[in-house]
Amino acid sequence: MKKHLPGLITIFVLLILSALIVLPMGKGVLFGKPISLGLDLQGGIHLVYQADLSGVAEADKDATIEGILGVINNRINPLGVSEPSIYRQGEDRIVVELPGTSLSDAQKQRIGSTALLIFGELAADDEEATWENDLGRWKPATAEIDGVVLELDSSYFNENTYVTTDQFGSIQLHFEWNAEGTKIFESVTSRLVGKRIGLFEGDTALLGDDGNPIAPVVQQALSDSGVITGLSTHEAQLLSQQLNAGRLPVPLEVIYENTVSPILGADFVDLSVLAGVIGFILVIIFMTIFYRLPGALASLALVIYVALVLAIYKLVPVTLTLAGIGGFILSIGMAVDANVLIFERMKEELRSRRTVGAAIEAGFSRAWSAIWDANVTTLIVCAILVWVGGSVAAGAPVQGFALTLGIGVLASMFTAIFITRTFLRALIGSSISKKLNLFTTETGDQNA
Amino acid sequence: MPNIIGRRKLFLSISGALIALSLIFLAVFGLKSGIDFSAGSLLTVAFDSTPTLADLKNELSNQGYSTAIVQETGTQDFIIRLPTLTDAEKNSLEDGLEATLGTLTERGFETVDPVIASQTSRIALIAVALAAVGILLYLTYAFRRMPKPLHYGTGAVIAVLHDVLAVLGIYAALAAAFGWEINLVFIIGILAVIGYSVNNTVVVFDRIRENKLRGVAPTFEGVVNRSISETLVRSLNTSLTTIIVVLALMLFVGTTIQNLAAVMLIGIIVGTYDSVFVAPAILVIWDNFDRRRIGATTSRPVSAKS
Repeated sequence: MKKHLPGLITIFVLLILSALIVLPMGKGVLFGKPISLGLDLQGGIHLVYQADLSGVAEADKDATIEGILGVINNRINPLGVSEPSIYRQGEDRIVVELPGTSLSDAQKQRIGSTALLIFGELAADDEEATWENDLGRWKPATAEIDGVVLELDSSYFNENTYVTTDQFGSIQLHFEWNAEGTKIFESVTSRLVGKRIGLFEGDTALLGDDGNPIAPVVQQALSDSGVITGLSTHEAQLLSQQLNAGRLPVPLEVIYENTVSPILGADFVDLSVLAGVIGFILVIIFMTIFYRLPGALASLALVIYVALVLAIYKLVPVTLTLAGIGGFILSIGMAVDANVLIFERMKEELRSRRTVGAAIEAGFSRAWSAIWDANVTTLIVCAILVWVGGSVAAGAPVQGFALTLGIGVLASMFTAIFITRTFLRALIGSSISKKLNLFTTETGDQNA
Repeated sequence: MPNIIGRRKLFLSISGALIALSLIFLAVFGLKSGIDFSAGSLLTVAFDSTPTLADLKNELSNQGYSTAIVQETGTQDFIIRLPTLTDAEKNSLEDGLEATLGTLTERGFETVDPVIASQTSRIALIAVALAAVGILLYLTYAFRRMPKPLHYGTGAVIAVLHDVLAVLGIYAALAAAFGWEINLVFIIGILAVIGYSVNNTVVVFDRIRENKLRGVAPTFEGVVNRSISETLVRSLNTSLTTIIVVLALMLFVGTTIQNLAAVMLIGIIVGTYDSVFVAPAILVIWDNFDRRRIGATTSRPVSAKS
C-alpha cells in the first residue's frame, strides 16, 4: 500500500482539481467559465455566405475576403451579440455565428447585403429604364465629371451618417458626400430641380414608413450633404448603421442558414444530462456485478474519467454541440472497454492459478497492445472527421463529435492504464487480495 | 470452446443474407436524403394550440406546399421539411399557419442551398473512403510482424464495409417504413460505427497475433478459433455497456439525436457480430486459399505423374 501512496495521492489530487474546475456545472470554482455550448444547444444563428469572386483578380481574392470580414464585423458590433464569430471557410465562403441571439429577418439580411443606396432619376419615355416601380420608370442618376459618366450611389458617402428627429417629429437620415460624391450630387441635383430623385437598395425601391417608395422632389441644387426623410425610426437607424459600416466589395449569398431557439437547445441539454446520468449508473451496476471488486474500481475510475473529460472540455475549451454530447455519452460506454480488456486478462491469469498480484501485472501488460492498436485506429477516424468538419459548411457538429470522441479515447486510455492499475496494485499484498471471490466469479470451479 | 471458425460457412451465410437484403432494400426503397444532402429548409415550430397532423398538412397544402413532409415531435411541436425557403417565404408561411391554426413559435429554421448539399454528400463519401484507407494502412503497419499483414488490414476494412452496408440497408427499410431521413448527423454516426467496429475487430486480431506467436494451436484455424473464444466475453460486455448508454440516449433525448443513436445501435450490434464471426473467418479463408494455391503449384508435377 505504502509504495502506491504517491500514485493514489496523484489520482486524488487530479479528481479534486477536475471537480473544482467542473463544479458547479454553470461556472466552476477554479475556472470561472461554463462549458461553452454550440449554437445548436444554446440557440443562435449560423449563417454561411458565398462570396461572388468571379469578377475579382486571383491576387486580390484574399484581400477582398478580408475586407468583407471587416465590414461584416462592423455591421454586427452594433447588434450587441455577446460572442460573435466571423471567419473565412475555404476560398470564398464566410461563416457568421451569432450565439444566443434572435435577429429580425431585416437585420439578418442586412449583415450580408451589399448596402448600396442608389440614387435614381426617372427615365425619359424614349430611354431604357433599369428598374420600374409604382412611381414610374427609373434609371440610375448619372453625371459627367471630367469626361467620365459616374452613377450616384452611397459608395461616395462619408461613413458618418446619423439619424435625428426634426421639430415636427419626422425622422431624418443625414448623410455627407465625399469630394467626388459632392461633385456628382451637385451636378445631378442642379440638373433635376423640380423633378424626383428615387432611392433604391440594389434594384429595389427603398420604402418609407407609409409603404410608399421614397422619391423626394429636388427643390434646389445641393452639394456636400443631404437628408432622407420618410423612413421609420428603426429602418433609418439600421440603414445608417449599415452605411457607416462600409460597403461590401462583392455580393454575398446565403447558402446555409441554421437558426435555433434557445428553448430547443436547453431542452436538449437537460435531456442529455438525464440520459448521461442514467447510462452512467447502469454501466456502473453492470461492471460491478460482472467484475466484482475490479468492476467497482473501474466504476470509480469511470467517475474520475467523467470529471477529467469535463475539465478538459472547459480548459481546451471544447464547444459542445448536440453531436458532441452524443460523442461524450457514447465515450462513457466505450471508456470501460480498456478496463474490460484488462479484467478479462486478469481472469484468465487467475484461472491458470496465478497469484492476484501476478495476474494484475500480466493482465495489464497483455492487454496493452490491443488497447493501443484499437484506440489508434479510432483516433485516425477522429482526425478524418476533424478534417471533414472543417470543409463542410455545416460541419461544426462533425468537428465537435470528433473532438469529444478523441478526447474521450485518450482520457480512457489514461484512466485504464494509470488510475485503474494504481488502484489494483495498491491492493496487492493487502488482506483483500487474498479473497479471490472478489476478483472473479469463477473461483469456485477452478478445476473445471 | 465454441467452434466458431468451424461453422464459418453458416455465419458468413448470415452476413451474406444481411448484405443481400441491405442491397435489395437500398435498390428498392433507397435512402431518403435530408436537407443536408438534397437542399431544402427545415422549420421547427411549436403551436400554442394542439393542431392535428392532418390539420397542419392540409394548411401547408393550401399554402402551396403540398410536398412538405411533417413530423410530429410532441402534441404541439412539429418539424416541417420544405423546399428551400427565403426569409420572406418563411414569414408568409408562418403568418398563414397562424391565421388558421393559432399562434406559433419558431423553434428552429435551417436552410441548405443545393451547392452546399452536393458538396456535403461528396465530402461524406470521401470521409468514409479515407477512414477505410487509414484503417487499412495502420493495421497493415500494426501487424507488420505477422506473416501476412495485409490480410489483417483488409479483414478489418471488409468488416467495416459490412457494417456500413448493413446500416444503410436497415436505414433504407426505416426510410420506407417511417420516413426516416439521413443527414449530417447520420454520417457522424456511420463514422462512429466505423471507429467502434474497427476497435472490436482489432481486439480479436490482437489476440490472434499473440496466440499465433505463442503457437497455442497447430493450425492457423485453431489459433483463430481459440482467439475468438478468449475474447468473446469481452466483445459482448463492451458492446453491452455501449448499448446501455446509446439506449439511454435514444429513450430520453429522442428525435433530435435519433439518427445518431439509431445508427450507433444498429452499427454496434452488426459491428460486434462481424468482428467475432466475419473478420476472423476472412483471415482463415484467405489463409487457406493462399495455402491451396501454393500447394497446387508445388503438387501439380506430382499429380501429373500418377
